[in-house]
Amino acid sequence: MNSTKPKLAVHKFSSCDGCQLALLNLGESLLELPKYVDITHFAEAGPNNPNAKVDIALVEGSISTPADVERIKQVRENSAYLIAIGACATAGGLQALANLADRDAWMAAVYAQPDAIETLGSSSSISEHVKVDLELHGCPVNSQQVIAALADLLAGVNPVIERQPLCMECKRKGVVCTMVTKGEPCMGLVTRAGCSALCPSLGRACYSCYGPAETVNDGALAQRLQSLGLTPEAVARRFLFITSATPPFRDAGLRLRQPPLETDE
Amino acid sequence: MASKREIHINVPVLTRVEGEGALEFDVVHGVIQKLNLRIFEPPRLFEKFVEGYEYDQVIDMVARICGICPVAYQMSAVQAFERLFGVDPGTWVRDMRRVMYCGEWLQSHALHVHLLAAPDFFGFESAIAMAEKHPEVVRRGLRLQGLGNDLITLFGGRSVHPVGVRVGGFYKAPAQAAVADMVKQLEEALPQAEALVRWCAELDFPHDEQAFTSVALSEPGEYAIGSGRLVSGQGLDIDISHFESHFEEFQVPHSTALHTQLEGRPYLTGPLARLNLNFRQLPKPVRAVMEDCGIHFPSHNMFHSILARAIEIHLVIYEALQLLQAYERPDVSAVQVRPRAGTAFGCTEAPRGFLWHRYDVDERGDIRRARIVPPTSQNQARIEQDLCASLESFGLDHEDDALRQRAEQVIRNYDPCISCATHFLKLKVSRC
Repeated sequence: MNSTKPKLAVHKFSSCDGCQLALLNLGESLLELPKYVDITHFAEAGPNNPNAKVDIALVEGSISTPADVERIKQVRENSAYLIAIGACATAGGLQALANLADRDAWMAAVYAQPDAIETLGSSSSISEHVKVDLELHGCPVNSQQVIAALADLLAGVNPVIERQPLCMECKRKGVVCTMVTKGEPCMGLVTRAGCSALCPSLGRACYSCYGPAETVNDGALAQRLQSLGLTPEAVARRFLFITSATPPFRDAGLRLRQPPLETDE
Repeated sequence: MASKREIHINVPVLTRVEGEGALEFDVVHGVIQKLNLRIFEPPRLFEKFVEGYEYDQVIDMVARICGICPVAYQMSAVQAFERLFGVDPGTWVRDMRRVMYCGEWLQSHALHVHLLAAPDFFGFESAIAMAEKHPEVVRRGLRLQGLGNDLITLFGGRSVHPVGVRVGGFYKAPAQAAVADMVKQLEEALPQAEALVRWCAELDFPHDEQAFTSVALSEPGEYAIGSGRLVSGQGLDIDISHFESHFEEFQVPHSTALHTQLEGRPYLTGPLARLNLNFRQLPKPVRAVMEDCGIHFPSHNMFHSILARAIEIHLVIYEALQLLQAYERPDVSAVQVRPRAGTAFGCTEAPRGFLWHRYDVDERGDIRRARIVPPTSQNQARIEQDLCASLESFGLDHEDDALRQRAEQVIRNYDPCISCATHFLKLKVSRC
């Protein structure tokens, strides 16, 4: 085949497969995709050429084994433009919660022979291992994010990255503030927009599945959440959730878990 | 003689399955010596990190075990907490959760039938390749899959890791107009589902009868999805809280997913097991189409799994339509919840089979310990048993390529969701 279409690969690391569904859930549009790109590698859909050179690689999942470390280097070498998709690939994912714990003890609690399973002892983002050209955030990313990024690249322009907090998206959509009107412990103040304000639209607090926004005032939010009746530990759990390995959320969460400074009793 | 040759087949990456797995087997003197379905998804240790989190947070955490069946994880967890807290969210919530669950079966089954399994029957590498020759079949499949996603989105805002379910009910009831629109779409889809069943019935199924035990949830009044007792074709009939007395898990060296056995033997869970046990409860119109196509259950041919999925697609569209036609938006979408300490058990039928949860909860409703048993790890031992039998009956003197293809097709019958299988189970070190 002498196709001049750009070649696309979809690679998976440690994940739930939910971000690949951004493509597999396209419905009939999925069948339009081959008009624009050659899908060279996408094991879940069938094509299986993990080592082929491609123009664009979509990478789902976090790095958690020695074999992953080698494989992501290979993917990087073979890919002109590498896009990390979803919370696992951009932040280590929910499973990065294990980074905060005694992972060996956890493995021993789950497996009879933990030594039979090789892991790194942590779950990390793709960018901690190789250069990443674009990060698409979300747990999961949605089809529009992925398709918009691909379309921009095919058109030769840089994809736009969402940096604002979710509050802006609520305002644009006219969604009533759950924190102000219902006292809900909303994380939207510090969370990256891009989900179209799903949770506040259903009247519930954002739980930050898109990770930290560009600027995070965690101290002010923590104070506000505590004034709503949450314990410091309950606030910590909200930072240490889907993207617990991102520096702003990790630091905010761990700070809340520190024992209080000595008081004059 | 060809059958005397030594064969070593290694499929390093299984394609068209969800997650990462591999298959290896050796044949010496015409006998399969060693066969390993290797699951090497790295452990994510979900059961450990839900510890210390709040019950409503756990609903959103366990969804992340699987992008393809997040609703199943949410429903097993929500059922567990409501049973423990003594919460009865009422008929409306129960019905609407069944509708949402129908959406997940629909999208997951349509994905599997069209994108993962059907290409095997026609010798294509992928559904995209198959669409060039059979565009209408693939398009119909993708439309049905899309409708399933829309049904989940109606209640959950999005189809992957939806955000609508809470302990006590839903965060918000869908608007009347949105439901009316969905009813229209379901009405249009019903004949498409019927056509899909008829199309699947015409597929060329290998003859491969095997003895195995089916296990599924069963309810007296309906085809079980979101609740029921655990029953088997061999007389098991237990409350879900007694699961641990009958089923046991163990680690095998070649897999990060634990294997599960019932009374020391492999068993089947999933669509074929459900139909084998519950086909009498299919609604009349669904059963009529099935019988008109000459399809009969119980079946012990695993290749009939694709047919079982098609019939369940017909079932869930019919059910969702019945339940939504009379929709009236309620004033409140959730009841009050007061947590209490204890052990919570939940079990529902995920698209791939029953999904069992247990949580030890403290008086604030925070999780102390969790154990989750997903369908694919339950089926793992059964898949290996099936592969040995079906490859021998297929004929080990086939070329390596043909053997490899047949092996992959056998594995796809189970629609293994390897991401699910590898988040792991709390191991009890007791072997009999």
